[in-house]
Amino acid sequence: MAPLARVRNWLDERFGWEELLAPLRHKTVPIHRYSYWYFLGGITLFLFGVQVCTGILLLLYYRPSANEAFESVQYLITQVQFGWLVRSVHSWAANLMIFTAFLHMFSVVFLRAYRKPRELTWVSGMLLLFLAMGFGFSGYLLPWNTLAFFATKVGTDIAGQVPFVGHRLMIFLRGGEEVTGATLSRFFGFHVAVLPGLTTLLVGVHLLLIQRFGISVPSRIEPEWRALPPEKREMRFFPNFLLRELMAWYIALGVLGALAAFSPWGLGTKADPFAPAPAGIKPEWYFLFMFQTLKLIPAKLGMLDGEVVGILTFSLAGLIWLLVPFLDGTKRTQRLVTGAAMFVVAYMGTMTAYGYAAK
Amino acid sequence: MRLNRSLGAVLVLAAAVTLTQGQQPNSCVDCHSALEGELHVTPEQFAQDIHAQKGLTCASCHGGDPSKTDESAMSKAAGFKGRIERAAVPKLCGSCHSDPGFMRQYNPSLRTDQLSQYQTSVHGKRLAAGDTKVAVCTDCHGVHDLRPASDTRSKVHPLNIATTCSRCHGDTQYMAAYKIPTNQFASYKTSVHHEAMVERGDLSAPTCTTCHGNHGATPPGVGSVANVCSTCHVFQAQLFDASPHKAAFASAGLPGCVTCHSNHGISKPGDAMLGTSAQSVCTNCHTQGDAGYKVAGDLQQQVSGLEASITRSDRILNRAESSGMEVSQARLEQDQARDALTKARVSVHTFAAAPVRADVDSGLKITAKTFGEGQGALRERDYRRTGLGMSLVAIVFVVAALKLYIREIEKNGKSGS
Repeated sequence: MAPLARVRNWLDERFGWEELLAPLRHKTVPIHRYSYWYFLGGITLFLFGVQVCTGILLLLYYRPSANEAFESVQYLITQVQFGWLVRSVHSWAANLMIFTAFLHMFSVVFLRAYRKPRELTWVSGMLLLFLAMGFGFSGYLLPWNTLAFFATKVGTDIAGQVPFVGHRLMIFLRGGEEVTGATLSRFFGFHVAVLPGLTTLLVGVHLLLIQRFGISVPSRIEPEWRALPPEKREMRFFPNFLLRELMAWYIALGVLGALAAFSPWGLGTKADPFAPAPAGIKPEWYFLFMFQTLKLIPAKLGMLDGEVVGILTFSLAGLIWLLVPFLDGTKRTQRLVTGAAMFVVAYMGTMTAYGYAAK
Repeated sequence: MRLNRSLGAVLVLAAAVTLTQGQQPNSCVDCHSALEGELHVTPEQFAQDIHAQKGLTCASCHGGDPSKTDESAMSKAAGFKGRIERAAVPKLCGSCHSDPGFMRQYNPSLRTDQLSQYQTSVHGKRLAAGDTKVAVCTDCHGVHDLRPASDTRSKVHPLNIATTCSRCHGDTQYMAAYKIPTNQFASYKTSVHHEAMVERGDLSAPTCTTCHGNHGATPPGVGSVANVCSTCHVFQAQLFDASPHKAAFASAGLPGCVTCHSNHGISKPGDAMLGTSAQSVCTNCHTQGDAGYKVAGDLQQQVSGLEASITRSDRILNRAESSGMEVSQARLEQDQARDALTKARVSVHTFAAAPVRADVDSGLKITAKTFGEGQGALRERDYRRTGLGMSLVAIVFVVAALKLYIREIEKNGKSGS
């Protein structure tokens, strides 16, 4: 017996391996003209895996204190063999992961893949997107450079504007009234312990739900899809779809390598808490549409504080977005959701571009 | 007589207004706020005055009794002095400002030698000789709305001093009798000192009083110009004093620093001031063939050489940085090279080649290293790109192999479940 088969037998005798893998063997993926959107979730998962691996490597050198953080990253990217590659891949993969997560989310909205019985799959996915943004926000500060320091200051200031709990929330995030070494320790804790723990748990739930409910076929092509013969309607997840996904992962890896080699992630200058904030401080691109909106809102809207109104509006919009599957029932609400999604895409795109162009 | 009558009417009216308001009467301001021209003083204006804020009143300088609401307020019996003659202003101000015991109760750190200094100044001496056109205290500090020098609205705040001096010294007609130039302010406005003061907001930058003194204002003599400049440019002055130029300039009656750098319109010194080109100041005295001419050329060559070397390293580090390479350490070293260049430019005031060469050599050593680091960064960049190219080839190969494998296993439409 071949060694691999012997190992499989050994595992099967003890854990019922074949039984565990059976659902995977029977899992299928629908084939239709929108099938390529199915790769986005897998690519996001792959990039999360890259984050975990490169993050662990970074941990070998990173020192989370205001006095040492910048220098440790500087040492890593200048003195450690392939340190620059690990750090660049980590930073680029973080951004690509959030980008593909957004694309995945919008593809689910436009294909209405969230509809019954997949409401909780959508909710878990949305929570994962929020966690990914939390990863981005907390990780951005860790190199302790000027831009990150002031962007965190602005970001936590905005959190401080939330009615009733704002100030407490800001103190919780900063570990005090100001952004200091205490904030760095906290963000480090969130970034390498709290968020990975929650994300791993939710990824598990998300995958379990996908396994349980299968992959959705867009409602508008479902009749024509059902009319196809069974062998043209679905492909096996393993190995057919997984091999295709693997191709996508390799391509993503190539893109990551190219970005790291041609545009290594910069480090900037060390944060000086006593220096004035440089002009044109901006958050990461995925927060820019909100940041730019808050900048454009007048200081006072009647009796209300403009910034507070903005924050509440975004919070409410986020909550409604989270509950989209529960609101999408009739034809009318379906059209409304699709219209709203198109508006959101256009709004985010426009405000992000405006945010980059604005001084 | 008519003036007296109308003044009386104003006094009565002011008294009536004051009494109905139930305040401490100050008939001086009450009346003078209604008068025009230089007699016009409003309560608001006087309230801004540092003296008023410290509790002094009109009577402190002008005498009289402000509590009286009729003409007796300005009677001799009440000690009324009326208008203070210009010639009497310094002594009147000095009656308090030269009294350390009196001034201590208001501002213990304020100097009390202003009057004695003024008496040694050109202004003070001319005033003593009967020339009342010269500046007295009130011309520079203002009157009735006098603010401390630290107040940006004060005429003697560092930012405003040059403008205050230029009110007389920039007025060709006013200064005609003195036969001195009136272009100092216009020149100063083109100077590096003015730029530092006004554009960079550096209040420690020199203005008129920094070099000429304030209360003891006088033009520095030929022999003392270097002393004036050396209060800030210490190293340059020390090197100049030890150089052969010190004695040579003195014997030729040349005013030290000013000979090369000018005075009011001092522009930012550049390396072109050295050497033997048309812009060089060395060639004002040195001619081809003399030893100084040769040294001038050597100094210029050395300093320019270091600057060019710094620029060369900057350029390669910029290229490396724009390719995403981390070169901050080399950048820090470049700052040391720039320090060496600054030091060499200071050493130029020895007017000898050896000290400048020592500074330039230490800078060149650094730039050789930083240029090497820049080259190393570019090599590393190319290595990464080569590595990427090889990885991409491997990735394309794997993707193609996967594609072929998928095609193989799905041959005959066996993709379904």
